[in-house]
Amino acid sequence: MLAVSASQLLAARDQMALSLGFHIVLSCFGVAFPTLIYIVHRRGLRGDADALLLAKRWSKVAAVLFAVGAVSGTVLSFEMGLLWPGLMSRFGDVVGLPFALEGIAFFVEAIFLGIYLYGWNKLPPKVHLRTLVPMMAAGVVGTFCVVAVNAWMNSPSGFHLVTAADGTQRITDVQPLTAMFNNAVWTEFLHMFVAAYMVVGFLAAAVYASGMLKGRRDRVHRLGFTVAFAVASVGALVQPLIGHIAGMRLAEHQPVKLAAMELATTTEKNAPLRIGGILIDGTVRAVIEIPGISSLLARGWFDRPVPGLDQVPKADQPPANVVHNSFQIMVGIGTALLLFAVFFWWRRRRNRGTDRDLLTSRRFLRLAVIAGPLAVIALESGWTTTEVGRQPWIVQGVLRVKDAVTPNGGIWFSFTVIAIVYAGLATITSRVLRSMSRRWRENGEVDLPTPYGPPSDDPNPSGRAAGRRGVHA
Amino acid sequence: MSLAALCAALMFFGVVAYAIFAGADFGSGVWDLLAGDAETGGARRHQIDRSIGPVWEANHVWLIYVLVFMWTAFPRAFAAMITTLFVPWLFVGLGIVLRGSGFAFRKFAETLRQARFYGAAFAASSVITPFFLGMIAGAIASGRVHLLDGRHPDLLTSWTGPTSWVGGVLAVLTCSFLAATFLAADSHRAGDQEMANYFGRRALVSGVLSGAVAMIAIAPIESDAHTLADGLQGKAAPFVAISAVAGLFALWRLRAQRYARARVGAVIAVAAVVIGWGVAQYPDVLVDHAEIGDVAGARSTLYGLLIVFAIAAVTAVPAMVWLFVLVNRRDWADDAHRAPSAG
Ligand code: HDD
Ligand code: HEM
Ligand code: HEM
Repeated sequence: MLAVSASQLLAARDQMALSLGFHIVLSCFGVAFPTLIYIVHRRGLRGDADALLLAKRWSKVAAVLFAVGAVSGTVLSFEMGLLWPGLMSRFGDVVGLPFALEGIAFFVEAIFLGIYLYGWNKLPPKVHLRTLVPMMAAGVVGTFCVVAVNAWMNSPSGFHLVTAADGTQRITDVQPLTAMFNNAVWTEFLHMFVAAYMVVGFLAAAVYASGMLKGRRDRVHRLGFTVAFAVASVGALVQPLIGHIAGMRLAEHQPVKLAAMELATTTEKNAPLRIGGILIDGTVRAVIEIPGISSLLARGWFDRPVPGLDQVPKADQPPANVVHNSFQIMVGIGTALLLFAVFFWWRRRRNRGTDRDLLTSRRFLRLAVIAGPLAVIALESGWTTTEVGRQPWIVQGVLRVKDAVTPNGGIWFSFTVIAIVYAGLATITSRVLRSMSRRWRENGEVDLPTPYGPPSDDPNPSGRAAGRRGVHA
Repeated sequence: MSLAALCAALMFFGVVAYAIFAGADFGSGVWDLLAGDAETGGARRHQIDRSIGPVWEANHVWLIYVLVFMWTAFPRAFAAMITTLFVPWLFVGLGIVLRGSGFAFRKFAETLRQARFYGAAFAASSVITPFFLGMIAGAIASGRVHLLDGRHPDLLTSWTGPTSWVGGVLAVLTCSFLAATFLAADSHRAGDQEMANYFGRRALVSGVLSGAVAMIAIAPIESDAHTLADGLQGKAAPFVAISAVAGLFALWRLRAQRYARARVGAVIAVAAVVIGWGVAQYPDVLVDHAEIGDVAGARSTLYGLLIVFAIAAVTAVPAMVWLFVLVNRRDWADDAHRAPSAG
């Protein structure tokens, strides 16, 4: 490969991180939102009119979010080649299979999305409801496949690297299934999958909590909140466990990453759990240490050694501060959300039969509003942990990031364009969604007319399109 | 046929599907752009929305299918193609983002002004995207993309040759032609004969223009893309002929306002010309620089791709057929726009 400047490499990384960080939030909706819609839709078909109303509104929200999710995902698949041709040209056939399978999941998701969105009042209600099931399945398969690629980069397998006498390397004996079912895939997939449900559940609950804070305490709000919060709670309960198992896998297979996460400079027995802390010139400062806990968590017992960063040369160490702090943020939030969920259901149980109601407590509702963004932050910091913790490798121990990046210049430019476009997209998406929800409140109807042309009775063509209107000229 | 060639054929199948289905969606955006001011264009835009609304995301996935098949089956060719054609791919990416989100946002816009803004993003990027995709096709077909092998690719001249311009213009024109026949057939089915004729006339014009540009294009292709030209006059000639006949048939049916028939002709015409391109450059993946056999990935992976395709054939394809059957039903055509009425 051609030499590439450090600045260009940074631009490529930043562009990838930005586009992934953006896509991943929307893709969570693609994974988990169909399930939420299914729950309320099913309830609606059994006679609960409020639930049916929620299903109809959520399906319109899905139409917007899924579209932005799909286009941002497409950008990612371009970027795999645009930014990392050194990865794709060498390993495209090793990791291509999960990507190809993922393509099927995208087809299924997009097809049934079209059928579901436009099927209201046209398909038999039961059939219509069931079109959500393939979308949920596609969410499972899609997450597994894309995470399998990332897991493979963490734990590469399914090929042999042969170094010839002149130093050139060749890849032989490719086994795509072994590559796909690599050692990291199960924990990463489960963790990501549950994260998607948490993000969507807590975000949706946050929307209804903020509505209730503004005094909208109708049953629709309460129902929307409770369904979303319930789904999120299940996730919050199991996520720390899955995360813990993921950490134990690291101790065995990616000890350098674990060392960075734990800010362990040297290998120690009785390794302490470090809370806070920053590594400056090789020493850890501003830290609270709880002896033995890191050994216990990662290795199963207090006196088992946890390897430190010094097990590899400095050039092969990841930037420990970033990894450590993003890991702490994720775990901190994960723990807080777990406690929050347990608290809610415990209090709900205790309040049963009394006239006390947590959903009238402003303090609780405010916390519930914050929980949404917190789940997103946990998601992003989780990815930052795995991704940055793998540095300087793009494929752990096999291919360095600098050997995979594109030789083309101008990445700062494309990065800037993407940053501007995504900032605009994020703003507009939230504006459109908020305007939809306001009009739903004002009109009491789910169906929003599209202002393709000026209303015939309105002399001011840019005026707001009012009510339901024929659009035929 | 070798295993690698079979995979190439499956990949190219995706190119053809994308050209037809997404092509019609792109073209609809072109007509959206030309639909006139809000006063006269409202109903037309509405028809466009209702025709592509349920299907555009599914049609879009064909592009991802093609990319994934290419990087899995022909990794080195993929890396060379996307690195060399970095600039047009950026435009395609930008176009896809603006197009999909603009379309989705417009549907839920609150005011006419916002709808105009989102609609403009959707419509303008519906021209830009196929144009640059056509340029990319032209660049590959004229042998301007070679394997990297440590050389710096030519970022500018690789995609600005005569064949690329031909490819870009033809892509936009054929998309418009396809879309107009689709829209005419859809409006007809929805019972709006006036609208059907409006799009029918545009289908005729864009069809004639596509044909004319294809004729004129022979000269630049002959001088600029020898391999492609030889192929089109040799082994791919039958497809060129089929395309011409089907195109004429479509025009003839358009004149008679038989839009459903015209649509069949238009689809065959476009499919045949795209297949013709593939046949003409066979067995090259990158014309003059990389043959299928030289750049194919590991055999085990190629077998894997066959299995993936088989799975898709029994899962995604029946679903897709169902979707198309549904949207072609009369009750869906009438008010596919009218999502749930409350209650
Ligand atoms: C399937 C692949 C994949 C997935 C799902 C993710 N990433 Fe990633 N990421 C990569 C594939 C990748 C990569 C292409 O492999 C990069 C580029 C350089 C590298 O080492 O990994 C990368 C780099 C990278 C970097 C730069 C690291 C550095 O420069 O030190 C950051 C901060 C992120 N990613 C963040 C994320 C976030 C926030 C994600 C999701 C929310 C995410 N990644 C998901
Ligand atoms: C390198 C990483 C990734 C790539 C290349 C990628 C690629 C894509 C592409 C091309 C699409 C568009 C499909 C369409 O048109 O419908 C998409 C959408 C989607 N992606 Fe990703 N993706 C990545 C990361 C992720 C992750 C980590 C997840 C899972 C959590 C995910 C889940 C989804 C889902 C569910 C969709 C469906 C679209 C939606 O409804 O929002 N993707 N992705
Ligand atoms: C106390 C709870 C948690 C623990 C102990 C934990 C632990 C971990 C560990 C060890 C990793 C690295 C895995 C690897 O590199 O192979 C990881 C990654 C990750 N975490 Fe967590 N985590 C917790 C909570 C959360 C929460 C609440 C979220 C999001 C809502 C989250 C989202 C992620 C994501 C997206 C990744 C990267 C992808 C993956 O490995 O699946 N985590 N987590």
